[in-house]
Amino acid sequence: MKNRLNRCEIAWRVARDIPNGSYVNLGVGMPLAVADYVPEDREVIFHSENGVLGMGPKPPDDQIDWDLTNAGKMPVTLLPGGCFFHHADSFSMIRGGHIDICVLGAYEVGENGDLANWILPDKKQAPAVGGAMDLAAGAKKVFLMMDFCSKDGEPKLLPRCKLPLTGVGCVTSVYTDVAIVDVTSGGFVVREMIEGVDLDYLQARCGAKLRLADNWQVLKTPKIDLPEVKQVPPGVAAAKRA
Amino acid sequence: MINKIAPTLADAVAGIPDGATILVGGFGASGSPHDLLDALAERNPKDLVIVTNNAGVGERGLARLMKLGCVRKLMCSFPRVAGSTVFEELYEAGKLELELIPQGTIAERVRAAGAGIPAFYTRTAVGTPLAEKREHREFNGKTYIMEEAIHGDFALVRAKYGDRWGNLTYSKSTRNFNPVMAMGAKCTIAQVAKVVDLGALDPEAVVTPGIYVDRVVQVGV
Repeated sequence: MKNRLNRCEIAWRVARDIPNGSYVNLGVGMPLAVADYVPEDREVIFHSENGVLGMGPKPPDDQIDWDLTNAGKMPVTLLPGGCFFHHADSFSMIRGGHIDICVLGAYEVGENGDLANWILPDKKQAPAVGGAMDLAAGAKKVFLMMDFCSKDGEPKLLPRCKLPLTGVGCVTSVYTDVAIVDVTSGGFVVREMIEGVDLDYLQARCGAKLRLADNWQVLKTPKIDLPEVKQVPPGVAAAKRA
Repeated sequence: MINKIAPTLADAVAGIPDGATILVGGFGASGSPHDLLDALAERNPKDLVIVTNNAGVGERGLARLMKLGCVRKLMCSFPRVAGSTVFEELYEAGKLELELIPQGTIAERVRAAGAGIPAFYTRTAVGTPLAEKREHREFNGKTYIMEEAIHGDFALVRAKYGDRWGNLTYSKSTRNFNPVMAMGAKCTIAQVAKVVDLGALDPEAVVTPGIYVDRVVQVGV
């Protein structure tokens, strides 16, 4: 499928669904790109789990301040009105239901809204969970950004997750390279599909039953080129500073 | 006169015994009390239990403490950061015990210890492998798990400014876990960029009141 969305285009589409005035937490990795595409007529306040509200974009290279970093441990800025707080407050915001939307990546999602995104069955590597379980359990809405299928073509939308769970019944909507799928009490409902894709195409690549929303639409985004990746991995940068 | 200022880093970490449970502030390298950890490593303690968010990067601070074989157990949320090579080697060789805890649960378990709360219920991790062996209980139709407070024997934290009463302020997002860890230990030790005169800190802006802090050492920026 040649017109599949890339991760920036998915991020652009996710950003359309974030209402004005929302408090939003973006997961480390692909979801961070959502901040770049918030429509200009909307004010959205980004929360970073390490104790920042009102997080702004990456600073220019000559204005980097390593005392001001995001959840991925990369330099960011603070918008006017932004503030700092400690970790127990930061996770009270998450666990206490104050975050309107969080955007996360995923390995698998169940039609019951279960999410698996923290561990793959590779016993050698140490497990790591970070704040994923807090966000899954605490955010009012959980949006997922992921490819519809795995790199090997295996379905990621399933009747039930096979991998260990991050959270139960927590997923609101799934934004993918070919479709947007909502999780409802009746299972997966396709809200949008890219041009050239139909329900049969999606169903053949999905482990669970899909229904098509009555008012479904074509999933359209502007063409956005992926940025060149030149960033130093956070661990390497941190090791240099340490 | 109350004077919590320790003249040197060695004085600041004096008396930390083998087997101590130590709460360590910081989020990765951000706000990590590297100098206190290095000073602790000089003492070469054994069988430490370290409670912190990450697993150290590079060769300094927590990574150094682990490399010297001082750490028996690590309680953290995210040990798998690029650059955590010391941790990875020890973990894969079975030489380090790991208790994985969701990030917000670490913060709240330590905060609970500081607030005299022995345990609490949370939705986080319900239905996941990290809820195993936890008491489950329903409130208003929703399932929660019980998590117990984590008490530290010592806490090592980093702040920007401190005074001789132990009042602390921080710099931007380096605050992170530091004020929380400062609450949860019997003896809290703070490294600060600068010690200031009593009264110099704006009382409206003090983040960690000195009641939580036992020792303060100036290490420069």
